[in-house]
Formats: sequence, structure tokens, C-alpha cells
Amino acid sequence: MSATIERDGDVWVSSRTGTRWHVVCGLEVHAQLRTRTKLFCGCETSFGDPPNSRTCPVCTGQPGSLPVLNEEALALAVRAALAIGADVAPWSKFDRKNYFYCDIPKNYQISQFDRPYCTGGGIDLPSGRRIRLHRIHLEEDAGKAIHDRGTTTLVDLNRAGTPLIESVTEADVTSPEDAFDYLTALKEILIYVGASNADMEKGELRCDVNVSVHPAGEGWRTKVEVKNLNSFRNVAAALEHEILRQIQAYESGDESRYPVQETRLWDADKLVTRSMRSKEAADDYRYFTEPDLPPVTVSPSFLERQRGMLPELPAARRTRYVRELGLSAYDADVLVADRAVADFFEAAARISGRPKEAANWISNEVLRALGDAQTGASTIDDLPVKPHDLAELIELVAKGTIHTAAGRTVIREMLESGTAAAEVVERLGLEQVEDESQLEDWCRAALEGKDAIVADVKDGKEKALGALIGPVMQASGGKANPQKVREILKRLILES
Amino acid sequence: MASSDEELVRRTAELARLSITPAEAAHLAPQFARILEHFKTLSDVDLEGVEPTTGAFGLRDVLRADEPRASLTQDEALANAPERIEDFYSVPKTIGGDA
Repeated sequence: MSATIERDGDVWVSSRTGTRWHVVCGLEVHAQLRTRTKLFCGCETSFGDPPNSRTCPVCTGQPGSLPVLNEEALALAVRAALAIGADVAPWSKFDRKNYFYCDIPKNYQISQFDRPYCTGGGIDLPSGRRIRLHRIHLEEDAGKAIHDRGTTTLVDLNRAGTPLIESVTEADVTSPEDAFDYLTALKEILIYVGASNADMEKGELRCDVNVSVHPAGEGWRTKVEVKNLNSFRNVAAALEHEILRQIQAYESGDESRYPVQETRLWDADKLVTRSMRSKEAADDYRYFTEPDLPPVTVSPSFLERQRGMLPELPAARRTRYVRELGLSAYDADVLVADRAVADFFEAAARISGRPKEAANWISNEVLRALGDAQTGASTIDDLPVKPHDLAELIELVAKGTIHTAAGRTVIREMLESGTAAAEVVERLGLEQVEDESQLEDWCRAALEGKDAIVADVKDGKEKALGALIGPVMQASGGKANPQKVREILKRLILES
Repeated sequence: MASSDEELVRRTAELARLSITPAEAAHLAPQFARILEHFKTLSDVDLEGVEPTTGAFGLRDVLRADEPRASLTQDEALANAPERIEDFYSVPKTIGGDA
């Protein structure tokens, strides 16, 4: 019988033994730098190109070829480091990590071993916890090996040599939620500073997890590495599973079941991790300095230039939206999560002078149009509506030219056709109806047979009016001024 | 019983993906030992206050702009492939390597 394990904050408690288990976890994240070309050669970085169409003598490791570092890759890597408050080393160097595998044409990967370009730094999570970073280094990606087509393994080297930064956290992650929050924050930062597109579906962001468990007050135990985590949800789910698996194994008392140092793969269909290979012969990569690449200096002026290119970071933006612009924490989160959306919001808020309204229109209407077949837009920049267009709509509503309900019709039309707000209002005849006799006709119709409501209002229960305003607005096609409708209804009832 | 030198030869061959027979290992072991002995003389040099070097030429900061250059065509790239299937290199099935 396995014990029931229950969560108590960041502690896992066994119902059978009462043992309080703590989790020690670190994350390794590979992020592809947003360059046009590879790390050490002029081949274009590639996604979805024909196999082996983006390779050259350098990235396929032909004899006599010489790698040369891409300056933009270094700049983007430095910007990412600055954004998380890390220390950028005054100089760093490259090393060869030697191993044999069919996707690594040189039989070594150019990486950084004992002189990484960056150490330290950290990310503060919304929960208030801080995940410190141990280091970040530059390295080249491997190619792609395809095992599920035919009797041989097929190799595509387009990806070989693609610039990556590998960031390694300290073992500060103590729960699946920490891992999820950290990855979300890191991805946001990488996108904000322009260092990476961080699209997991394109393999631009990959995460491995190292995790172990131990009873409170005892020393750390054997750590297990989990790979094949292709979404943040999978990272959290795999971690949850692996924590429970390790605790159950220890609690069984059967030493043959105890976790061993190994790499396990997450199976997202079966929701389990399974052993990939045990590290019985501990990996021996025989690192040595890459003789073909001289060391690289990051001068104070280079560092300052990169610092100057940093935008306001997500956490700072979120705080400012709440404190200075009066948005709710929820709205601030929604807007800041995507830098392009936040930039769109800021422009619309500045032009209209109405940040709250801008936030509402964006989160309720504009974002809904993304990923919508009608607009065919996947990012906010693809939409035909620009910040000044939205600002125009906000002003039309603020001035009372149209009612908010009509505004929704207008923004949808704008998003589909790209027509300006005023033009849509005119074409659809949505200007608010102020004409008293017209409004009265609608109100009289709404009052037909509503004696109970009329009686309530006469009794002083004005709230009851609400049930009548809806039908009037509907009859008017959203064009009636609801304030006036309320006044007229009240007058008609009291006069009756 | 293999000597520790033979064990070193065997391990080195394994890392280099070379298959050697026990007889070869026994033959190579004393040679290995002599080579390592020879290099040990380097550790006798007094390196007090000497910065580790990163290269023989003293070069630094050789960088290139992020500008694309033409890649090889698929046919050029795959010309010397041991076996080609469609536009891929085809190699013996290898599942579960390093990443």
C-alpha cells in the first residue's frame, strides 16, 4: 500500500509516516537568441526550411573551417543578463564539450565551461519568492535527429550552430508552481528585451528539470533529471509526478526502488516519467578551451550600450499600470504578458488620455480578435486597428456620440475591416438617439404589460427600472442613450 | 586482471568510440603510461603568478556582423553523406543520445 501524500504549502506530508518532505529543484533553460544568422557562421537560422539547406563548412564541422562569433548574439545574450540583474564577465571564452551523437557533426559542441559570460542574477516571482540564477552561458545548438521514419535515423543539420543561451538556476525552486512562475517570468523578460522569441512550439525555449526530495531537516538526496518538457504546464505536471514518485519510492522502504541519478523523459500522454538511461559511467565531456575562438571582451562601453537598449521590464510595467494608471492587477497582467500588447495599450492610453477605457477595450475586444479566423491575426501588430484608431473610438464613447454597447459593434467592425471608428458609426447609423419622441415610443412599448415593475417603481424601488432599460436598448439597436431612457421611463411611470 | 594502465586505455578508447581487444589494451598500456609520465614533467614548472593562457596567438575579440551568407546547397551538403535518404543524412538507428 502506498501512502497518501498531501500538500502543506511547499511541504509534502505522508499520511502513513507523517514525514514532511521538502523538494529541491533547479531549472535549466535553453533559449534561442533572436539573430538572423548562426552563432559562428553566416548560415541563416532556420525553422521549417527544407532539411540540410542551411548549412556550411563551419556548422557541419568540415576540416579547415573556422568559427567566428556573431556579435549580435553576444549583444542579445548580454541584454538578457542585464535584464535579470546578473554580472556580465569582463571577458569569457569558449570550450569544446566532447561527445558523440549523430546530431552533432563536429563530435563536440562549442559551449562555455569555466568562463561563462554571465553569473548570478535572479527573478522575483509574483508569489514574492526569488529564484536566483547560477549562471548563463552561450552555446551552439545541435542538429535534429529523426528516429521515427524508417529503419535508420535521419539527420537534419539546419539547426546545428543556432545560437543559444543556457541559463541554470540555483536549487531555489521548491514546488511545481515556482517552476511555472519562473518560466513564465523568464520567457516574458527574454521577449521584452528582444533576446529571444521564446516560442516553445518552435523549440526556441526548452527546459530541463533537476529534482530531488528529502525529509525536513535532512541532507539533499539523489537528484533526477527530467527532459522532454515541451510546455510550462508539462514542466509543472512532470515535477508534480516526479516529486510524488520519489517520495513513494523512499517511503516504500525498498532500496531497489530508491531514485538513482539518471535522466528521465516526461511522457505527456501517459503523465509519467520514464527512465532514459542511467548515468552509470558519469558523462565525461573532456571540456577544453576551443582553440579556434579567441576570448571575447565585454567592455564597459559595450555593456552600457546594451543597458541603454533595455526596455522597461514586465514587473516594473505591471507596478506602474496599477499605481499610476489605476488599472486592476488583473488587467495589468493581461496587458503586460505580451510586450506588443503593452506597447499598443500605452499608445492608445496616451492618445486618448483614458488608460482604464483603453485597457477595457483591449482586454475585452481587441485581444479576442487575435487567433480569430475572421481577422487572421496572430499578434496585435497584425490587426488593422492601430492605437490611434482605438483612441478615436474611446473619444466617441467619452463624448457620448455613441453608447458603449454600440462601441462594441463598432470595434468589431473596425477589427474586421480596418475602417475608422467615425466612419463605422456613420455607416451603421449608430450615433446615439437623443430624440425625445423616438425614445418615448420605445419606452412606452417596453412598459406594455409590465404592471408589476410599474408598481415597484411607484413604491420607490427604482432598481426595478433596470429590467426595462435592456428591452429599450435592444429595440433601439443599442443607439438609445441609456441615461435618457432611464429618465423617460421614470417620468412615464410616475405620470401614469 | 587488467592493470590500471590497461583500464585507462580501455576507458579512453570507449570515450573515443574505438573498439580494442584486451591484447591491444595490454600492448598500448605501457606506451600510454610513458606518454603520461612524459607530460607529468609539465607539472614541475613553477606557475606562481602566471595567468592561464587561452590561446597561442594572443588574439581577442574576433567578431562578425549578423549578416547572412549563402549556405551550401542540399546536394553539396549531402555529397559525402555515408547514406542519403531524401534530403537527410541517414545513419544507423540511434535512440536516446545526449542533447
